[in-house]
Amino acid sequence: MATADTTVPAILEIADDCLILGHRLSEWCGHAPMLEEELALANMGLDLLGQARALYAHAGELEGKGRSEDDLAFLRRERDYVNCLLVERRNNDFAHTMLRQLYFAAFMQPLWRAIAANSSDETLRGIAAKADKEMTYHLRHAGEWVIRMGDGTEESAARMADAVDELHRYTGELFMASAARTAAITAGLLPDPEPIRAEWEETIATVFAAAKLTAPEIRTWQKGGRDGIHGEDMGHLLAELQFMQRAYPGQTW
Amino acid sequence: MTQTPTTSKDQAAPVADFGLARALEVASAVPDPEVPCVTVADLGILRSVARDDSGRIVVSLTPTYSGCPAVIAIEMAVETALLSAGIDSKIERVITPAWTTDWITDEGREKLRAYGIAPPVGSTGGRKAFFAEDVVACPRCGSTHTTKVSEFGSTACKAHYRCDDCAEPFDYFKCI
Repeated sequence: MATADTTVPAILEIADDCLILGHRLSEWCGHAPMLEEELALANMGLDLLGQARALYAHAGELEGKGRSEDDLAFLRRERDYVNCLLVERRNNDFAHTMLRQLYFAAFMQPLWRAIAANSSDETLRGIAAKADKEMTYHLRHAGEWVIRMGDGTEESAARMADAVDELHRYTGELFMASAARTAAITAGLLPDPEPIRAEWEETIATVFAAAKLTAPEIRTWQKGGRDGIHGEDMGHLLAELQFMQRAYPGQTW
Repeated sequence: MTQTPTTSKDQAAPVADFGLARALEVASAVPDPEVPCVTVADLGILRSVARDDSGRIVVSLTPTYSGCPAVIAIEMAVETALLSAGIDSKIERVITPAWTTDWITDEGREKLRAYGIAPPVGSTGGRKAFFAEDVVACPRCGSTHTTKVSEFGSTACKAHYRCDDCAEPFDYFKCI
């Protein structure tokens, strides 16, 4: 039986991934290249925020210290966020945003599916069953855009190639098991990431072949997020994400 | 495939629980705030109406999507409807098993179509390849000669389509 010391940090990693990427997508509101994408980006951001909320509420309950989903989402310091670096990378252009979404969804969809099937935690299985279906849509949407842009005009192809060059080095961290995740895997809460890596690689290879993109050889993967070591962008993101709760503590709708 | 919300006293109740039956009737009739042509029972998000040990009515509801902003509105609407009928209730949010469009009743599907929203096609579970598309019939003229405009529409649960025969733009309640 896994204890809260094991489960809470591992659940927070996933919750933070969802919250931070959901926030990044929300930054597109009012700036998307077309109305349909405005809706799509907001929809996907909303899915991620919904998943994060459910995970924070569950983690807070397991922890038993009275921290609410809002406390966990808004009132931690930068070093206490354990999201991977990929999700905090700035939106840049639409090509970067869609590639980041593809990398993340191609990882999360099989992860959620495995959690839904095998996790020792019933609540987590329920959250996962719903999130799995949602990420299927994200994966298809992002994959189709990467193919369209990679195999598109000279301009769109160049932008996609730039995005791959910039972001691919952040994908290794998705499969690195932190101390928290290793303990959660041992306890049967979370699945081993290795079989998920194989599925991720296959998805990316399929999309890149159709998109005429090449995955670069990475010698040193970027990492640090799981230890709370974030990039420069993270502080700016948190300043906006946390502003209302810092300025008006305890404010509610 | 459709499921009707259940009460805890469905089987062989020794004395008919009219209060519980009334609560089920009232809760079932609450419309969805974003798609008001269908009720929470039609959508399959009203999971059960029962009594707890103290005799209080407990209504179980399930969200459609994780981030659906209507969840709280729906819970409040059900609670308010019951209060208006003089019934004190407790609302519970259940996430297991996860909601699926398979739970939308046949009547609900017909109501959606009549309202101008194409109901979900077929069953869930198929993982479609990139660029694969469902064949969705236009709710206005019935033509299957339609084009997906965007997989993400005006609410989390809908995609945006266009009919290539009658030119009607319409929402499609997507499978999940």
